[in-house]
Formats: sequence, C-alpha cells, structure tokens
Amino acid sequence: MDLTPILPEISLVGLALLVIILDFFIRRKETLLFVAVAGLAVPALLTATLIGRTGSYLFDTVILDPYAIFFKFVFLVAAALVLLASADYVDRFRLYDGEYYALILLSAAGMMLMASTRELISIYIALELATIPLAVLAGLQKDARAGEAALKYLLLAGLSSAFLLYGMAILFGLTGTTDLVGIGRGLPEAAGVNRGALAMALVLLVAGLGFKISAVPFQFWTPDVYEGAPTPVTAYLSVASKMAGFALVLRFFTTAFATAAIDWPLIFAVLSVLSMTLGNIVAFVQTNIKRLLAYSSIAAAGYIMIGLASGTDLGASGLIFFLLSYAFTNLGAFIAVIAISEQIGSDDIADYAGLARRAPLLAFALTFCLVSLLGIPPTAGFVAKFYLFAGAVQQGLLWLAVIGVINSAISAYYYIKVVRAMYLLEPKTPAPVKVSAPVALALLASVAGVLLVFVFAWPIIGVTEAASRSLFLR
Amino acid sequence: MLTAIILLPVVGALILAVIPPDRRLIRAVAVVFTLLPLLLGIYLLASFNPGQAGPQFVERVPWVRILNFNVDYYVGVDGLSLPLLLLNLLLGFLAVLVSWNISHRDREYFILLLILSASVSGVFAALDYFLFFLFWEVEVIPMYLLIGIWGTGRQEYSAVKYLVYTLVGSAVMLFGILWLYFTAGLGTFDMLELGRVNLAREFQALVFLALIFGFAVKLPVFPFHTWLPDAHTDAPTAVSVLLAGILLKMGGYGMIRGVVNIAPDGAHMYAPLLVALAVVNVLYGALVCLNQVDLKRLVAFSSISHMGYVLMGIAAGTQIALTGAVLQMVSHGLITGMLFALVGLVYEKAHTRQIPELGGLAARMPVIGWLFVFAGLAALGLPGLSGFIAEFLIFLGTFPVWPVPAVLGVITVVITAGYILWAVERVFFGPVKRVALESVGDAAVIEWLPLAIFAGMIALIGVYPRWVTDIINVTLPQLVARLGG
Repeated sequence: MDLTPILPEISLVGLALLVIILDFFIRRKETLLFVAVAGLAVPALLTATLIGRTGSYLFDTVILDPYAIFFKFVFLVAAALVLLASADYVDRFRLYDGEYYALILLSAAGMMLMASTRELISIYIALELATIPLAVLAGLQKDARAGEAALKYLLLAGLSSAFLLYGMAILFGLTGTTDLVGIGRGLPEAAGVNRGALAMALVLLVAGLGFKISAVPFQFWTPDVYEGAPTPVTAYLSVASKMAGFALVLRFFTTAFATAAIDWPLIFAVLSVLSMTLGNIVAFVQTNIKRLLAYSSIAAAGYIMIGLASGTDLGASGLIFFLLSYAFTNLGAFIAVIAISEQIGSDDIADYAGLARRAPLLAFALTFCLVSLLGIPPTAGFVAKFYLFAGAVQQGLLWLAVIGVINSAISAYYYIKVVRAMYLLEPKTPAPVKVSAPVALALLASVAGVLLVFVFAWPIIGVTEAASRSLFLR
Repeated sequence: MLTAIILLPVVGALILAVIPPDRRLIRAVAVVFTLLPLLLGIYLLASFNPGQAGPQFVERVPWVRILNFNVDYYVGVDGLSLPLLLLNLLLGFLAVLVSWNISHRDREYFILLLILSASVSGVFAALDYFLFFLFWEVEVIPMYLLIGIWGTGRQEYSAVKYLVYTLVGSAVMLFGILWLYFTAGLGTFDMLELGRVNLAREFQALVFLALIFGFAVKLPVFPFHTWLPDAHTDAPTAVSVLLAGILLKMGGYGMIRGVVNIAPDGAHMYAPLLVALAVVNVLYGALVCLNQVDLKRLVAFSSISHMGYVLMGIAAGTQIALTGAVLQMVSHGLITGMLFALVGLVYEKAHTRQIPELGGLAARMPVIGWLFVFAGLAALGLPGLSGFIAEFLIFLGTFPVWPVPAVLGVITVVITAGYILWAVERVFFGPVKRVALESVGDAAVIEWLPLAIFAGMIALIGVYPRWVTDIINVTLPQLVARLGG
C-alpha cells in the first residue's frame, strides 16, 4: 500500500502529537511554538515531493492533482501564520498552549484532506477532523463569550454535519457508490428515476456545506463565534476553515453534479447575492472590529460563490485565486487586530482612534489589508475581484456581476470606518503600540503576500488555472 | 520615459517614508520628485511629433498571457492625453508649493500627494483598459485621507462621500470594461484597438451607459455631482487645486478615450441626453453660484458649470467642439486651480471664507487681490485668456448641431460674469467690514510664485492657443471620423 499521498497529513498529525508530548517536558513555551512552526516544514517538503503526481490512491479515498496540492500548501502557510500570530495570545491560556498548537495542526491536517478526497466517507472524516478541533479552540479562552462561541460552533457544526450526512446518504442511495466520480456518472440516470430525491440531496448538501463557508442563510453562528473565539482562532476560522469549505464545495459539485440535469450553479448564484448583500449591509452598523470582519467574511463568501455560479473552469480558477488572495488579506487583517488588541486591550473600532500616530506600521498594514478586502490596487484583492467578476461576465451572468461590483463598492463605507478611526481621529493617549517579534513576522508575511499576489498575479493565475482544469478533467 | 514620469513620485513617496521628519528635507524631496516628472513632461512636449496621430513614447510590455486574458503594460501619449498629462505634472508641482505651510503631519501629507499625482499620470498615460482602471482606482484612498485628515469643516463626511461616489462609479465602469472585453472578443484591453472595432449597435447602447457612469460621476454630471461641492469645499487648499484642476479631467478624458471612441453609435444615441445634462450642469452650477456665501463653495459650483461645457463639447462631437472640450479641461484646470489656491490664501490670512464677512481686501493684500481679479476674469471668459478660447470653440462647434443648448451656454456666460464679478467686488473692494481684516498681510514669495505660474500659463494659452490645440488636433480627427462627423 502506497502511503506517500497522505504522508503530509500523517506527518502533520505526528507533529501535533509531538507538540503535545513536548509540552510535558518543555518549560520555555517559545520553544514549543518554534517546534510547531518549524515542524511544518516537514509536511511542506513532503507535499513538494508530490508535485506533478496525479491519480487516485488508497482505494480511491485520496486523490492527488494540482488542485489538491495547491490547497495543501495554502493550508500549511495559513497554519504557520496563525501559529505565529498566536505567540502572545497563548499567554491567556497558559496551561493549554501545547494543546492549542496541536489542535491548530490537527485541524490543518483535516483541511488538507478535505481538498484531496472525492469519496463521501473520507470527505466526512476529513471535515470532522478539521471542524472538531476548531470548536475546542473557540472555547479555549474560558470566558462566557468563548463558551458561547464554542457551544454555538459545536452545535451548529453538528447540525450541518447531520444535513451533510443525510444528503450524502441520499446520493449513495441514488447511485450506489460513495465515489464522487461514480456519483457523477450515475446521477443523470438516477435523476430520471427520482428527481425529488436528487433535489433534496442537493438542498441538504448545500445546507451542510453552506455552514462551513458561512453562506447566508447558514451564517448565523459566524459573528458570535468570530467575536467570542480567541482572535487567532477567529483568523483561522475565517481563512483556513472557509477555504477548506470552498475547496470541498468546488470539487464536490463540479464532480458529482457535473452532468446532472440540475441547475446547481443557480443555487450558488442566489446564495451569493444573499451573502454579499446581507454581509455588507449588516457590516455597516458594526462597532466591533471582529464582528465587522465577520460580516465582511460573509460578504466575501458571497463574492467567492460567484465563481461557483459561473460553473466554468474560469469561474473555478477565479474562485481559487480569490481564496488565496483572501487568505493573505484576511490573515493580515486579523493579525493586525491581534497585535492591536494585545496592546490597547479592546476590539472596539472607536478605540482604534489615532492608531496611525501610535503605531504607523501597524495602522498601515491593517489599512493595506482592508484596501485589499475592498479590492483597490495595488493589492491582491483587486486582481481577485477583477478576475472573479470577469468569470461571471464571460459566462453571461451580467446581473450577478453587476450586483457584485455594486456590493463591492458600497463595502467601502464600513472598511473605511476603520481607516478613519486610525488616521483621521486623534489618539486618546500618545503611548506607542509595540508588537512582539513572532506577530510582527506573521503580519509582515501576510502583507507581503497581499502585495506579492498582486505583483505576481499572472503567474499565480497560471497555477490556479492548472488547478481548476484538473478539477474539470476526467 | 512615461514609466519614469509615473514612478518618480512613487519613489519620492518611498523616500519620504524613511527620511527623518525634517521640515525642509520633506519639502525638498516633494519638490524634486514633482519637478523631475514635470521636466520630463516638458521634454516629451518638445519632442512630440505633430505628424503622428497615434500614440508616441510608447512602452508596451506583455504582462498577462493566460487562457482568457491578455493584458499589456501599455503606456503612451497622443494629442489627446499629452496636454492633460502635462497639466497633471504642472499641478502636481504647484500643489507642493501651495502646500508649503502645511505643518500638521506633513510627511504623510506629501507622501499621499505624490501617490495621488503618480496615479493620475498613470490614468492619462495608460492605453490598456485594465491598466487604466488600475491607476484610476489607486487614487481613491489617498484622496480620501487627504480630505479627511487635512480638510476643514465637515471633512470626514465629504471624504467618505467622495470615496463612495467614486467607487460606485468605478464599480459600474469595471463591469462595463469586462462586458466590453468579452463582447468585443478581441482578446485585448487595448483601448485604441477597441476603438477600431465596430460593435453591434444594441450592445453599444448598453455598454455606453455602463462605461460612462464612472466618468460621469467624476466629471461630474448632474445628478451625480453632489459629492463635488462638499469635497472641494472641505479639502485642504492644494487638494482642492488637484481635485478641480485634474481629477475632474479624468472624467472628461475617460469619456472621450474610453467611451465615445469605443462606442460611437452609443454616443450618437445618447447625445440628446448628454447635451441636456450638459445644459443643466452649466445653468444649475452657475445659478447656484449666485447664491453662495462661502467663497470656496462658489468656486466649487463654478466647476460644475464649467465642466458642463466640457460635456457639451463631447456630446456635440464635432472637431471644433471636441477641441474646445479638451482645451477647456486644460484651461479650467489652470483657472480653477489658481482660484482655489487664492481662496486658500484668503482663508489663511483672513480666517474666514464667508463673503459677507469679507470686504476691501484688495487694499490690504493687493497681490492676492489683483491675481484674484485676473483669475476671475479668466474664469468668466475674458478674451485674451484661456477660458475664452476654450468656451468659444465649444459654442462654435456645438451651435451647428445643437443650436439651442449652445445659445443657453452662451447666455450662461453672462451669469458667470455676474457671480464672479459680484463676488470679487464684495470680497476685495468696498469698505473693510471687520477690524480684524485691517491687519491682514499679503502673499509671501512662496505663496505668489505658484500663482504667477498659473497666471502665466493662462495668459499664454489665451494669447496663443494653437500650441495646445495643434497638439490636440494631431489625434482628434481620427476620433471625429469615427463619430462620422
């Protein structure tokens, strides 16, 4: 049995266990962080050895293609940045920092699997492996808000898993296989027999997966969990978990429903409009930066679903590129928020007043990321939105593109509120804000990512196009 | 060469970000990195070949070559863009001089000013629609911060209003660009090549609206103009100079290069609407001016009126009218830039811009007073100054096509003369109304130097407009032929 295709995941789980064991012996917790971050080089190298390999392994439970490998790398980078960004935060739960790092790593292993399987049971296992650690992480801070966040996340994750399982069961019943490719082959015939069941499966799957990507109307948990969870965990949720959800959704629907006579892109088009619009409008009135970013991430889910709604490989490529750009951008924004709240002890936008005077670089970094979220050059977000909307226009989804660009424009109103506080208002105290070295490193890497993805957008799009083509090739 | 012009201010901004916050050093860097592009621009002007209608000083590097997209880094100037590019370079330099006395967070201020200037240069140099849009968008955030941090009055409100208006406009424009790209099916964002295909009439009718929207907000065209009085009034002096002087022109330039030239049938279809809106702009702007008590707001509304003439010239679409429209953009950039700089000085010395509180200032500050009279006369279209030539050409070119609007435009000139002369009379002549004004001083050298340059340019174009119109007419005939006029 050839285990090499999942060696990255295996080594990642091994790293997580190593961190927990070392936690017993190591006094200096910085060492632990170092081990966790540096250890990520092992799965990264193992993933690198897989580049160029395509095929189905381990009884068709694991597949390798450019798509899977692309996402494996992105999740590893996201995990590394979140770990670095947690350096100060773990002080708040001193006793659990080993567990904290390990849970992040375990969840990353689940996400990596999510991107590289197309078999129902493996999908479910990967999903749970990614999700359950997140629920624990959300509650690790042990205050009332964190408790609420963790419970809410756990319950709704469970509920959505139930929907998902139910949908998967119907698909299995219709086609007699758990392999998405086989399902894709069997569905056209099955749909002729029992169209109602197919429609129901589709609805259940959308509901189950909609939770992971916080698409409206499955977004209710998002603001509360984002606000209550420790901020690095929020960053992880909003970036890596959402990406994993989309990585799965894209593969799932383009594979299983590729030939089914059912208009699933339209479902995502509708959800896209709802998510963009609701996310943006509710974000207008937020006063807490984490809640604001939560609604912004709901809106982002809306933009990303435009890529699904196109249902083409250009749309899929746009989606993948957007996810990459969004990963750096949103991580950067959250890491800046982590650094700021560590110093000023608040997540209220009002308390960001005059930050540009107290911490010019931090304020600039956050502004740069917000500008990228808004989609203004010279940032990754600009190309990402341009490319995504282009996919919709090319596909003739003019109405969706128009709603998208308008939404994107009005979102300026709330992103700029944060910039306004930092630059336009006078500081309440002149005390400078200091940032610890690991957090600064993570922030620098994210901001550099936002800029570099802009500068090298086109070579990167070459990669995302290859990744998206590998989805559509069968 | 053009790349250097665009990038030099950015280099300056980066240098400013790292040098020690020394007042003189900051200004020196800002001057150098706006003066160098200006000198390069003058070199372009000197070596511009008037026999070549197409773009010159072209730099074209393939940037994107992927499945569905071809984007080039493609810059170049022709008769249409060169005058406006030069105007931007000149105003960028003068804006630094006008900002000499900024003391609050001056390092950040000059950084943003330089980035703003670079992005506007990029807009006028870009010949690839993607690149054009990219530069178009870069400008928004620096402008927001410039108005928001260094502005006066309700600056935060005005800054956000500017931001949201501009972004909604450009969002629709983005949609239009993408739609155009995929429908034209050329696989290129090359604006000139897109300006050579003949798109289906029905498509032009729709894409025209999407494309022009962003430019109409910028110009601005009634009823999308409401951001302008707020932004211009509340912005710091030099930023008002740039806003009125060059940023509005991005709208007019974009309409010609990016809309009319690409969708000429659409332009014909909507010409009645555009002319009607132009008349509203012209008349409404002028009438509102009669009612203003804030001197700066008055100049702001006069911009709406004057940009209406530009729209009228574009809508008329004849060679003469279009020449007038482009010349009007250059001329108005200078005149309004000068007026805003003067208003800024008056405010700095007298600490008020309210016309009823001012009076008799010419006796106390003769240099400012007489320069204001000069700029005012230029604005109302006194023959011999640049505004007259431009507006005259627009009326001349519009009358054969749209006689009634042209006549309405001419009549408005009388109103313009009325509000300007009346304002000048109340502010600078008559008795001094307040004791505080008895002791106001006149302009210092650094203050009147940029004004003298403005005045010189206005007179130069007024006396001998051909050195500008000849450049414009190198390229315009192509456009006019495409319009079938």
